[in-house]
Amino acid sequence: MIDFTLWDIVRNLLLAARWTVVLSLIAFVGGATLGFVLTVLRLSGTKWLRYPINIYVDIFQGTPLLMQMFLAFFGAAALGFNVSAWAAASVALILFTSAFLCDIWRGCVEAVPKGQWQASRVLGMNYLETMRHVILPQALRLSVPPTVGFSVQVIKGTALASVIGFVELTRAGTMLNNATFAPFTIFALVALFYFALCYPLSCYSRHLERQLYDAGLR
Amino acid sequence: MGISLDFMALSPYLGELLRGLFTTVVLTMVTTLAGLMLAIVVAYLRLNAAAWVGMALGGYVELIRNTPFIVQLFFIFFGLPALGIRIDAITAAFLAMTLNLAAYSAEILRAGIESTARGQLEAARALGMSSLQSYRHVVLIPAFSRIYPALISQCIIVMLGSAVVSQISVYDLTYAANFIQSRNFRSFEAYLLVTLIYLLLAIGMRQTFLLAGRRLFAYRQGEHA
Repeated sequence: MIDFTLWDIVRNLLLAARWTVVLSLIAFVGGATLGFVLTVLRLSGTKWLRYPINIYVDIFQGTPLLMQMFLAFFGAAALGFNVSAWAAASVALILFTSAFLCDIWRGCVEAVPKGQWQASRVLGMNYLETMRHVILPQALRLSVPPTVGFSVQVIKGTALASVIGFVELTRAGTMLNNATFAPFTIFALVALFYFALCYPLSCYSRHLERQLYDAGLR
Repeated sequence: MGISLDFMALSPYLGELLRGLFTTVVLTMVTTLAGLMLAIVVAYLRLNAAAWVGMALGGYVELIRNTPFIVQLFFIFFGLPALGIRIDAITAAFLAMTLNLAAYSAEILRAGIESTARGQLEAARALGMSSLQSYRHVVLIPAFSRIYPALISQCIIVMLGSAVVSQISVYDLTYAANFIQSRNFRSFEAYLLVTLIYLLLAIGMRQTFLLAGRRLFAYRQGEHA
């Protein structure tokens, strides 16, 4: 029987926290890229693009992230793809993130007054030029606070990867608990680690929101 | 290698699915009610009680909002018994979901209450309404009607998040899916069906809330809200 000191527990949790951070980054960067493409396609008008994207967003917002994980992991295996927990968790989180960001960003683009579209068209700019030079720079400014705020949801979402066997912070906590039987200390520490990751982002998002408010944009 | 999907393989397990669905629905209804009531208390105290009470409640809200639900659930279910507080799985699920919903809703509600003009409360008092009456009719109900859409979304998020309680062996919809796929090895079918049920629950919940909202805030009809 090996004895775990408090330092052993903290050290192991810290090591596992790396994978929470890496998975969060994969989910966020991948989700933002896909979300951006979806946002632009959704706004570009034709209903053949808009409807499927709306349904995509509704499905990912209307079903549990845990189920999305299960489907990516067990479902893909049943369909003949052999996926690792890494791949399944990444795919599920990227799709989940892209759906939410697509919705957030659409709101930001729509918050730019309609008159600016018309003015740009009158000046002879086409859709892409209007988007690139007039709408996106303003929408981008509006989108930063809610996007930073959503990154907190992504970090918290990675905790569910523990359920399909991906060893990150939560999974490491469960494993350490099985070895040490000190659930109170361990899960309090796990919560504290998540808090340390998320709270600064929450505060930063609120700070950015206030800046926009003071600038009279919200 | 292709395999064929066989949804009929799920039909012998209708009883399990219904049992899971029942738990998920009841758990959601009870926690929504309890969570929203607790949220009103928390929001009220944060705005009106002594500074240290407000600080403590602010700490609670931030702690819940910045940690994953699954960790909160594990802490309550595995951690509290270590302190001598024994609770069963369903109680732990109820507690975790209620505390989670209350923290988010209190924050949403607070924003709604803060946007009520101070003069309105004073006017209500001047008209002879008691402090409870004026708080209820002039502050709380209008605040609720303003933040209602955000509140609906939050309640749905908690319902979807409840899938996690299967991890502490609460027999909910997700637990039923896990059970079924452990028996017939039809994981894709089982999870797909249950995901669809969750989607229908989310849609049904939104429609119910919207219908209730039309009744609750009937006085606003005709207004440009």
